[in-house]
Amino acid sequence: MRLPRTGARSGRRVVSLLAAGALAVAASGCADSERAASGDSSSGSSEASGGSFVFAGSAEPVTLDPFYASDGESFRVARQIFEGLVGTKPGTADPAPLLAESWETSADGLTTTFQLRDGVTFSDDTEFNAEAACFNFDRWYNTPTGIAQSEDLSYYYGKIFRGFAEGKSTDGIYESCEATGDLEAVVTLNAPFAGFIAALSLPAFSMQSPTALEKYPVPEGTDPRKGDYANDYPTGTGPFVLDAWDKGSKVTLARNDAYWGEPAKVDEAVVVAIADPGARRDALISGDVDGFDLVGPADLTALADEGMTIVNRPAFNVLYLGFNQATEPLDDIKVREAIAHAVNKEEVVSASLPEGTTPANQFMPDLVNGYAEDVPTYEYDPELAKQMLADAGQSDLTLEFNYPTEISRPYMPSPEATFNVLRTQLEAVGITIKPTADQWEDYLGVTTGTTKHGIHLLGWTGDYNDADNFLGVFFGTETMEWGFDNPELFKELTEARGLTTVADQTEAYTKISADVMEFLPGIPLASPVPSLAFSPSVEGYQASPVQDEVWSSVTVSE
Amino acid sequence: MLRFTLRRLALLVPVLFGLSILLFVWIRALPGDPARSLLGERATPEGIRQIRALYGFDKPLVEQYWAYLGQLVTFDFGSSIRDGRPVTDTFLEQFPATVELAFFAIVFAVVLGIPLGYAAARRRGELVDGAVITGSLIGVVIPVFFLAILLKLVFAIQLDWFPTSSRQDARIDATHITNFYVLDGLLTREFDAAWDAIVHLVLPAVALGTIPLAIIVRITRASVSEVLNEDYVRTAEAKGLHPQVVRRRHVLRNAMLPVLTTIGLQVGLLLSGAVLTESVFAFNGIGSYLFDAIAQRDYPVLQGYILFIALIYSLVNLAVDIGYGLIDPRVRVS
Repeated sequence: MRLPRTGARSGRRVVSLLAAGALAVAASGCADSERAASGDSSSGSSEASGGSFVFAGSAEPVTLDPFYASDGESFRVARQIFEGLVGTKPGTADPAPLLAESWETSADGLTTTFQLRDGVTFSDDTEFNAEAACFNFDRWYNTPTGIAQSEDLSYYYGKIFRGFAEGKSTDGIYESCEATGDLEAVVTLNAPFAGFIAALSLPAFSMQSPTALEKYPVPEGTDPRKGDYANDYPTGTGPFVLDAWDKGSKVTLARNDAYWGEPAKVDEAVVVAIADPGARRDALISGDVDGFDLVGPADLTALADEGMTIVNRPAFNVLYLGFNQATEPLDDIKVREAIAHAVNKEEVVSASLPEGTTPANQFMPDLVNGYAEDVPTYEYDPELAKQMLADAGQSDLTLEFNYPTEISRPYMPSPEATFNVLRTQLEAVGITIKPTADQWEDYLGVTTGTTKHGIHLLGWTGDYNDADNFLGVFFGTETMEWGFDNPELFKELTEARGLTTVADQTEAYTKISADVMEFLPGIPLASPVPSLAFSPSVEGYQASPVQDEVWSSVTVSE
Repeated sequence: MLRFTLRRLALLVPVLFGLSILLFVWIRALPGDPARSLLGERATPEGIRQIRALYGFDKPLVEQYWAYLGQLVTFDFGSSIRDGRPVTDTFLEQFPATVELAFFAIVFAVVLGIPLGYAAARRRGELVDGAVITGSLIGVVIPVFFLAILLKLVFAIQLDWFPTSSRQDARIDATHITNFYVLDGLLTREFDAAWDAIVHLVLPAVALGTIPLAIIVRITRASVSEVLNEDYVRTAEAKGLHPQVVRRRHVLRNAMLPVLTTIGLQVGLLLSGAVLTESVFAFNGIGSYLFDAIAQRDYPVLQGYILFIALIYSLVNLAVDIGYGLIDPRVRVS
């Protein structure tokens, strides 16, 4: 199907048509086209009422079977094709009904009964019911041993459910799934996990068609990301279906006309990969794409000047300045507190982070359950910082400051700029900074794989609304990044993870967050606002803090 | 000629074998760890151990190389550790893009370069010569990356004559048979798709072809100037041969030998030089994939792609040597 273009490129199109006509005459003896209606690009298709939405991501998806994915680009496409039992409330990270209309968790937190939505079918006409839901739970649990269970493939199942039916880790929390009615499924865990429902909103736990999965099995011992299903036949219940994955070029999604909910407004959505942020910006300005993700903060003004629409995602991340307590004198709480008083977060935000970013006072953003309203804070006070350093016998303190170069992360869009602001602030209180810059991969090796580093910049973007996904990830166990052993904190976090209700968990994490800020393993700096940019012809894009962005409401006008 | 070709082809085996060892050691000597880069910020020691064991990176280097060699003899270049896709598949998928780009770049360089160099040599010291020399000097010194961005800014963004990125308009539903998009468009009679692919090639090809163009201009000028002063040219002119015949048969033919060598070398360099151009224009060829593979320490992709590129480079140079023989029979005899 050929669709009309949007954007102001008429001049280019006229030239193109004339030349295409000339080419047609020149090579009229060639083979027939496989496409239904070639050569009609300019006139457009009569059925193309919604047109196409072309979106640029930063890379190709790794796989279209979301269970074996953990990268944002695979999830971006998966969110259009698949749906899970649980979604999120628009604009928040809070769980909301999706394929499950409701659920009820037992008092001990072990059993959850899901009431499923009626009248839903997968795009291959397979009925979605309790059996299909349990098929998926059992499929995840029975992930084959070997490569399929490796941490880069079934990453989220490993992290959330913590074990498989077979393999080296069999002490997971999944017990069973039972279809107790056509539309009622009971999932039993063997240990309570209050983040269970929120975690089910991850695309990795999307419902996939049992029929399609059985029709295109993955040969034993092979990489499931390379199978036919994951490349050509991903089958879900979402508003789009896969039309074609043209490797190295684009993924084309067609509207699922049999979708149970409000059908998508555009006829097709095309996802292209443009790695360079500057190239994505240029592609949008010139009309080659209709929107793109991961806008560089430096491009925001230029894009706005060109009349592009900037959409900010509510921040669901945190950027921090970490202290490696394995290095003296960072093991001294007085020194850590002095450094905290030397940092002016407002200035860090205004000088190096996107507009709309707010300074952080703890190691998670305010959207997360468990965010504490009252935590120990360290006001910017350079004189106090100097005094505290002198009291600690560190008036001539020299610190190694590790920071990454040539990388932009949603929580750390311009590390070099952030480093420069912090360096100036720390030098102002008499600290001598020894800068150590590394490229990203090497930087991760140094800061998280060794204890040979000092203070450093790092952060995290959360996956779902669970404080464990922030505090547990950072401080759940002894790591080389932080270089401390705090059994009490580790125990608190382990216990909080096993609490049975979200209310109990929220209360526990509120306390832990305050405890962490007192222990001060690092300084939470800010939760930078990630931005998307769109052509003015695009409307209806709903940004989500956890990137649960489904394009069914998007329209592209001529 | 056949023996010469076969001997050169046989020589490729030890060359590639030696290169495979060098590559293997060199790539593993790079700082960084593919497992860590795969797992990102929150990699756990257990996760890293698991990945290293899965891909055999925890084994002794000799053992790893032996296993790799075992794969190579069956033409199995392994799979990317980033996306699990076989290296041969991705290379074959992306290589046409790079070849298409390099082809258009070299055509641009040759079609413009030889006549300009020739004209400069014929009018040595005149205005034309000065302009060509200055132009080619600028062409040689201007960085490809800078030129690519400049071309994009002016011709794609400001003037809107050409697209800014990719190989084809994402809204076009074209049929791809060979993955050479222009050729595919012609074969399937999707002429608008072929033209769209050509339009997408113009700016990257000009950016990539500018340095070869400048070099070809300079080599052609120097070579033609030298041949014009040869006794046999004077003799040919003196005996009353038609100037066109002298130019074609005596001047150009003899002057083309160094030019052909240059073209051959440039084609090889274009394949590797395409990395920057592909990155600026989001042109999904081997360059951008290789670039990512370096950043992420994707050992199988790095090894496989560089070996493929070395093989192609060697084959192109062999083709140039054969071309030499065709143009100059003296080379064949020697």
